[in-house]
Amino acid sequence: MSVTAIFALVRKDIHSELRTRYALNALVMFVVVAVATILFALRSDQPTSSVLAGLYWVVVFFTAMSGLSRTFVSEEERGTTMTLQLVATPSTVYFAKLIFNTALTFSLTIAVTALYMAVFSSTFVIQTMSTFLGTVILGSLGFASASTIIAAIVAKANTRATLYPVLSFPVLVVLLMTVMSATTKALDGEPFASALGDFQILIGYFLAMTAGSYLLFEYVWKE
Amino acid sequence: MFGKNDMNAAKYGSIILITFVLIAGLAIPLSPSPQSWLEFPIIPGLEEKARNILYHVPVAWTTVVAFLVGTFYGFRYLKTKNFDDDIKSVSAAGLGFMFCLLATITGAIWAKFSWGSFWNWDPRETSIFVLLLIYGAYFALRSALETEEKRATLSAVYSIIAGITVPFFVFVMPRIMSGLHPGAKGDPDGAGPVVQFKMSPNMLVIFLLGLLGFTLFFIWLFNLRVRLARLEYQRSAHHS
Repeated sequence: MSVTAIFALVRKDIHSELRTRYALNALVMFVVVAVATILFALRSDQPTSSVLAGLYWVVVFFTAMSGLSRTFVSEEERGTTMTLQLVATPSTVYFAKLIFNTALTFSLTIAVTALYMAVFSSTFVIQTMSTFLGTVILGSLGFASASTIIAAIVAKANTRATLYPVLSFPVLVVLLMTVMSATTKALDGEPFASALGDFQILIGYFLAMTAGSYLLFEYVWKE
Repeated sequence: MFGKNDMNAAKYGSIILITFVLIAGLAIPLSPSPQSWLEFPIIPGLEEKARNILYHVPVAWTTVVAFLVGTFYGFRYLKTKNFDDDIKSVSAAGLGFMFCLLATITGAIWAKFSWGSFWNWDPRETSIFVLLLIYGAYFALRSALETEEKRATLSAVYSIIAGITVPFFVFVMPRIMSGLHPGAKGDPDGAGPVVQFKMSPNMLVIFLLGLLGFTLFFIWLFNLRVRLARLEYQRSAHHS
């Protein structure tokens, strides 16, 4: 496992994604559809900050669930898994996919944030920017670390599309509850220090998940 | 794993202990100032409902034991690639699911009468809900995998990944969320996973016997299920 090898794989994933834009287009459309549905349901109601924070991460969760499994499913569908097993060690593959999925999740949160600020211009106001940025960055890392190993598991199963959110949600509950609480604090304008406890959980979650996935990935990948 | 005599000890031990705890827990009267060993103190706010602690907590405890046993054998399967470990892992998971349902139901009924509603999203209620989801996902994953090796390996990995989140529920969530169970944030006795039992000595003895009885009950059922699953596995291997 070397850093150059990892980034070579990340570049390969970015190239193949940009060539088809399959995940990207699907994700963008999913975000638009999900936010539109929320707007239909809310009509002219003014949601509170905790409701908005919840809806924010609901959109991120379900959008990510529709797209993040692509990283492994596409390898299985194109029959490139064997080649990848020959040219790279399992840990190289794992960290490359983790970096790619983190980047995808982070861009997803940016897109959802921009859309929310546009459509909820009076209620979705980020008052503590540092808390919000920390939540989004640490949240994306934790989100990607859990969903990468589960994507690897799901890619080996028959009913991939339906199974992915079913397997991911129980593992992501801790993360979702924490990022929702931290996002509410950022929207309410509470000081950065009040969210430190949430950040500790997010860092611990990311480290535990990544370490566990790193140790277990080989068994999934070689299956 | 266990000999026949050990299993008989677990079987009769659990039957005797659980019967004793059921009778003693229901029959011993409450008293405002207990004098003898045959009286329980009245816990304010709980009164007669306090008796459920002798049944609900051992069931919840057994759920955790079953989950740990299932994850342990899943982990061992990854090391040994021996199908017997997968059989043990899935047998423990099946029992864990059953005890998890029982803990949820006994807890919800108790919550209705003590706190006013069946479900309050208290940290521990959230944890047991997530555990139910984990079991549901685990069995959904197993049924989606056709070959035996794949099924055993991937479900073992999933149970370990899910197990990684368990410490967050046990140690972290009760500290940051306020809740109704003892040991939640804001509890005057301190927040944390270990609850200081405010039980009288005689209640504590019955409670510990209940823990032991339900654990033995789990060992007995676990052994039965493993033996049954082994026979089924041998039969299917024989026919194919």
